[in-house]
Amino acid sequence: MTEKLTLVSHVDAINWNRIQDEKDVEVWNRLTSNFWLPEKVPISGDIQSWNTLTPQEQTLTMRVFTGLTLLDTIQGTVGAVSLIPDALTPHEEAVYTNIAFMESVHAKSYSSIFSTLCSTKEIDEAFRWSTENQNLQRKAQIVLDYYHGDDPLKRKVASTLLESFLFYSGFYLPMHWSSRAKLTNTADMIRLIIRDEAVHGYYIGYKYQKGLEKETPERREELKEYTFNLLYDLYENEVQYTHDLYDGLGMAEDVKKFLHYNANKALMNLGYEALFPSTVTDVSPAILSALSPNADENHDFFSGSGSSYVIGKHEETTDDDWDF
Amino acid sequence: MASLVYFSSASGNTHRFVEKLGVPAERIPLLPTEAPLKVDEPYVLVLPTYGGGNGKGAVPKQVIKFLNDEHNRSYIRGVISAGNTNFGAAYCIAGDIVAQKCHVPHLYRFELFGTQDDVTAVRDGLEELWKQQ
Repeated sequence: MTEKLTLVSHVDAINWNRIQDEKDVEVWNRLTSNFWLPEKVPISGDIQSWNTLTPQEQTLTMRVFTGLTLLDTIQGTVGAVSLIPDALTPHEEAVYTNIAFMESVHAKSYSSIFSTLCSTKEIDEAFRWSTENQNLQRKAQIVLDYYHGDDPLKRKVASTLLESFLFYSGFYLPMHWSSRAKLTNTADMIRLIIRDEAVHGYYIGYKYQKGLEKETPERREELKEYTFNLLYDLYENEVQYTHDLYDGLGMAEDVKKFLHYNANKALMNLGYEALFPSTVTDVSPAILSALSPNADENHDFFSGSGSSYVIGKHEETTDDDWDF
Repeated sequence: MASLVYFSSASGNTHRFVEKLGVPAERIPLLPTEAPLKVDEPYVLVLPTYGGGNGKGAVPKQVIKFLNDEHNRSYIRGVISAGNTNFGAAYCIAGDIVAQKCHVPHLYRFELFGTQDDVTAVRDGLEELWKQQ
């Protein structure tokens, strides 16, 4: 590869007491307060549960996790780093270094799961699968190509789609096990990753929208078209990948709903309206509540179906204790 | 009648949702240098959830400042919150906190700036709610 390494050409000492964009501080604080390490999650508590999975289920789980490892590795060593030279503020650069490091933590966390639950031979086989699966390699290549491209805003689009869309064919499986009370510690760790990815996608998408504000209407239209085209490309590939992984267990259809649901959120992070209608985003309630116990429609007061709706039953507050 | 009061950060997600609803709405100012918002009519509060970990700092401080005004607080009739299910148990927790503190129903939750279905549900729901007032 002959491309020149692009680095920020001029650096001033970063002054966190002069802030151009409050969002940088808000997100930095959010990310640092959410910081975690895989060693803190007691994965060994899942050994017994792991042994209740069939060999086919175990293989699927390991393949899913090597796929996720690959994406996290790309995002840590190329994706988040490639955004640094385009940053609008020094604090934005600092946030990307945090994102890059955290992606490396995520990538390592899958190895913690493997070393706790599987044999070396099984681990090596799963990693070999990840280098041989065409659809996994293709999605990695599509994203990498855009990171090496010369359009800063397109890099942000690719990065947001990776953070907010491409991970979810994989995240589905630990949520599925969790909804069946299996691999629950592993699921806890994945939820920490899912939480981080939400902040990453939100922030990179926000910076994309800030960048768009400075562009001409024609260029904005071009970027919108580009975004949807890239999403379609990735989506088609993602559907194939989903079938590769999940067909054996007959789960592909519900995984696809989860893909649609998350594709909509990825688009929203970039400031675009949701694409997939609710008829194809109706992920099974068990998966949604494994993701978030508050997400079910029982919390929709307006629909009248709310069975768990309660008005706050707190004692009277006085002005003194109102400062929440 | 101002039927909604809302807060939206620089990312503007909640602002977009409120715009799509197309009902009268007042925005809580983003900057401490702006004049504080005062209301004199019943309203439903729309707010995003901040944070993500343990719920600490989930309610934006501008909303706290607005609700700390007892006069403003006396007119709140319900709360609608935005969030992201990726935050697990903290999804839309800002709405839960305000609902409990103010003894009003947490009417609806939506993600980011909401889908068309969310807009329809909230628009219809608000219409019903104001009829009952």
